[in-house]
Amino acid sequence: MSNVYLKYILLFVLLILFQVLVLNNIQFSGYVNPYLYVLFILLLPFETPKWLLLILAFFLGFSIDIFTKTIGMNTAASVFMAFCRPSVIYLLSPKQDFEPGIRPCIKDLGFRWFFAYSLILILLHHLVLFYIEVFRFSEFFSTLYKVTISTTFTLALVILCQYLFYNFKKI
Amino acid sequence: MRHLLAFLLKHYFILLFILLEVFAFSLIINNNHYHNSVILNSTNHLTGSILNTFQNISEYFSLKHVNKELAEENARLHSLSEISFLKTDTNFLYKDTLYKFISARVINNSTNKRNNYMMLNKGTKHGIKADMGVICSNGIVGIVTSVSLNFCSVMSVLHENAKISAKIKKNNQLVNVVWKNIDYKIGIIEDIPTQIYIHYGDTIITSGNSFIFPEGILIGTVKNYLTKKGESMNRALIDFSTDFNNLHYVYIIDNPMKGEQLNLEEFREYE
Repeated sequence: MSNVYLKYILLFVLLILFQVLVLNNIQFSGYVNPYLYVLFILLLPFETPKWLLLILAFFLGFSIDIFTKTIGMNTAASVFMAFCRPSVIYLLSPKQDFEPGIRPCIKDLGFRWFFAYSLILILLHHLVLFYIEVFRFSEFFSTLYKVTISTTFTLALVILCQYLFYNFKKI
Repeated sequence: MRHLLAFLLKHYFILLFILLEVFAFSLIINNNHYHNSVILNSTNHLTGSILNTFQNISEYFSLKHVNKELAEENARLHSLSEISFLKTDTNFLYKDTLYKFISARVINNSTNKRNNYMMLNKGTKHGIKADMGVICSNGIVGIVTSVSLNFCSVMSVLHENAKISAKIKKNNQLVNVVWKNIDYKIGIIEDIPTQIYIHYGDTIITSGNSFIFPEGILIGTVKNYLTKKGESMNRALIDFSTDFNNLHYVYIIDNPMKGEQLNLEEFREYE
């Protein structure tokens, strides 16, 4: 059991480091900025208590904020995303009770399920994040464009990570 | 009490969510200058109108004092007007005004904080822009920092970042006036060369070097001269001539040639 906790702590740290050291330095044409760190919230097991989900999302966002000097923005977006997660899971598979051991990943639930699940949550996260960053509605469409592009990139990275780890386990 | 607890337990998820989001937003607003200014600008309008109404009422109580002040100023202005002087040269006329004065009323003011601001009832509608100087009949008051449609907020001289370029009236030595949070009546002049002697009661006026204040606006009088061995510059305490705790009507100074002056300065730096 402690092995599982250790794995998630390691994932937490690695994702933050990867985000602030690598991804934050990527800025294609000023629009694209993938936020892969949300993968942590996506991958948490189904049994995670709801309060723990919010607290973890809070600390995740806050850690990113400390590095990017945007105190509060990523925090607000991550907490919102964590808040939506149970509803999105219910929306995608309303009657299904997940067996213990099944985790939200492509391997256990298939590509289509995971794709929809990630797309909705990442989109929600990016919407909140980018609109908080701009903090006004006068640049509504250019912000929306930014959200769309960044969501696509983050989603691609999330799927890519899934396949990397999937293959890893098979071998 | 039990019902309350039951309610909290039942809805703990959404309550925790709201709590965390409120906390995150307070972090955003306190730590990000841009977001802070957006909030301030939009609330300025509301608080401005409330404070304005309040000031309208409280003004009645000091009418007598203000009238006296205005009468005194009128008298002083009369003494400066054309009729008070002997005409020696009738051909010489000032057609260009270097400074314009816009009168305004103080609707909110503080003196007891480390950084003090006040709000005036004139805004962009009346031609107020940031970085204009503000004076009152007794002396300098501050500098306009941000402007909304009907109101503007002024950084008082009683502010950490306020540094007024001044000079000693009797010998034109340039000094700087700052405020170190001692008392709202007392300021400090810095950068006095050691060879200069100043005495109790010497007058400090604005230097006119900053394009914000015209030359010769009263700042205060010297109260105490502080020397320290081994330092090349001395300091002195001054009594502000302005009573910051009792401000009602002030004048905002517009310098129409400021742009031209700044351009020239930039050009000079270019060379």
